[in-house]
Order: sequence, then structure tokens, then C-alpha cells
Amino acid sequence: MEGNIGELGQYIGVGLTAFGMGFAALGVGNVAGNFLAGALRNPSAAAGQTATLFIGMAFAEALGIFSFLVALLLMFAV
Amino acid sequence: MATEAHGEATGLSFHPMDQFIVRPLFSDGEVHWYTPTNVTLWMFVIVLATLALLVMGSRGRAIVPTRGQSVAEMAYGMVHKMIADIAGKDGLKYFPYIMTLFMFIVFANLLGLLPMAFTVTSHIAVTGVLALAVIVGVTVIGFVKNGVHFLDLFWIRSAPLAVRPILAVIEVISYFVRPLSLSIRLAGNMIAGHAVIKVFAGFAAIAAVAPVAVVAVVGMYAFEVLVAFVQAYVFTILTCVYLKDALHPSH
Repeated sequence: MEGNIGELGQYIGVGLTAFGMGFAALGVGNVAGNFLAGALRNPSAAAGQTATLFIGMAFAEALGIFSFLVALLLMFAV
Repeated sequence: MATEAHGEATGLSFHPMDQFIVRPLFSDGEVHWYTPTNVTLWMFVIVLATLALLVMGSRGRAIVPTRGQSVAEMAYGMVHKMIADIAGKDGLKYFPYIMTLFMFIVFANLLGLLPMAFTVTSHIAVTGVLALAVIVGVTVIGFVKNGVHFLDLFWIRSAPLAVRPILAVIEVISYFVRPLSLSIRLAGNMIAGHAVIKVFAGFAAIAAVAPVAVVAVVGMYAFEVLVAFVQAYVFTILTCVYLKDALHPSH
């Protein structure tokens, strides 16, 4: 076994940022699921809200993207 | 991001990230700012494809549209409706820019899916410039249209006075994070999708899992076509949201 302890921590940190992906998935799934639940109750109003759906998904996804950013910074900038 | 080939070092016949390498077209030398690279080539192809769709589509002006014309009309109508719904009627003044943005990103994403193609939007340098142009443009529009009242976006008058400073800090941070999330969302989705397809394609070399890998590649490819469109849509829709903030900061 040889190597750099800093590098070890770096790779462990990059792996841990995968949790961010999982939690972002929970958020995006929550948005989509609630949209579907509402859309099935009132299908006539659903078509007008698809833009809101995508905006909500984009905002939920943004925080997951920051975990990806942390992974990139750990891999290439630290 | 990936600046050198990893192929030989890792033992794979190709590395999933090798597809994102920027290479000069005519020489093997270094890449300078003026060097024609595969990025230049594919951006040129994107512009040609956009021109072909919109110019050819609007040539006939038939009452019963041909296939090309109806696709062009659908794209135009979709972006037009998006701006009118989200940014309001006064946002339609900026329709040409937003339409250009949408067509560029959607063609970059879709043409990048062709085998051996280069995905321009997988580079943060490209998406970063697109996002910065949007944010700087929107901020300038906000200050020109509303003057100092643009700062109402950060100083929320409907909130209790005691909470306003805290909200102001959060709003300022979220405002400056916008170009970051806008650019990394697009680039990250493109990098991830293409890398996943290449990873599954790599499994096809192992005979036992090859049938599964081929099916997985087909499935991922279909999913990526959807993602390519949705990401262009999301980029455009967020541009409209930011434009709405600039035009009507008090709401």
C-alpha cells in the first residue's frame, strides 16, 4: 500500500458527493410526483402548468448540480 | 476537462471522457484561441442546421405545411408562447435572442448525439458564455427598465422589516448563483449522459453481458434524445424567468 493520504481523502470526498445526486433525485421525484397527483385530480388544468413543472424541477436539480460541482472541484481544482 | 487521452493507461479500448477532448482540425499542434478545432466545426454545423431548418421551413409558406415547415412553426410557436406566458407580453421584444439561444442549444445537444459527433454544450466554457450573456443582459435590462427599483428584487417589501436583511443576503447569493447553475446544469447533463452511453458501450466488449449492454445503450440513447430537448427547454425557460424578474422586479 502506498500513496498520498490527501489523494485518498479527495477520492472519498468525490464518492461522497454521489449522495447529493441521490437527494436531488428525491427532490426532482417529489416535484414530478406531486405534479402528477395534482394533474390526475384536475387534468384540464395540467397542460398549463408544465412550464411550472420544469421550473420546479430545474430548481430542485440545481442543488444536485452543486454536489457535482464540488466533485469537479475536488477532482481537478484541489 | 479531459485534456489528454486516457485510453492506453487504463486498459480500456476507449475512455468515456475521451469524446470531450478539443482537437485541432488541421494539425496536431497546440490549441490556441484562433485554432480551428472540432468545437469550431460543430458550432458551424449547428448554425448551418438551424439555418436550414428555419430558412427552408419558412420558404414555402404553405397553408398545409410540409414536415420541415411544421417543425419550424412548432419551434417558433413554442418559444413565443413560453416568453408570453412567463415573461409577459413586454418580454416579446427579446424574442429573437431567446429563439436563437433555444435553437442553438437544442441543435448542439441533438447533433452531439450523432455517433462520432462532438457535443459543444458539454464544455462549461461554451455553456458558461451562454449563461453569462443571459445574466449580464438581464441585469442590464433590469437596471435600464426599472432603475434603482430593480433592487426591489433583493429588498422584498412584502416581507416583515426584521426578516428583510436576511432575505436580502439569500436573494443576492441566489442571484449570483444563477449563471453557475444555468451553465453547469446544461454541461453536466451532457457530460453525464454521453459518458454513461460510452460506459455501457465499453461493457459490450465482455461477451457475457454484451446483449444487456447493447440494450442499455439503445435505452440510454433514447433517454438522451429526451434529455437533449428538455435541457434546451429548461435553459430557455429559466432565461424567461430571469427576464421576468428583470422586467417586473417587485412581484
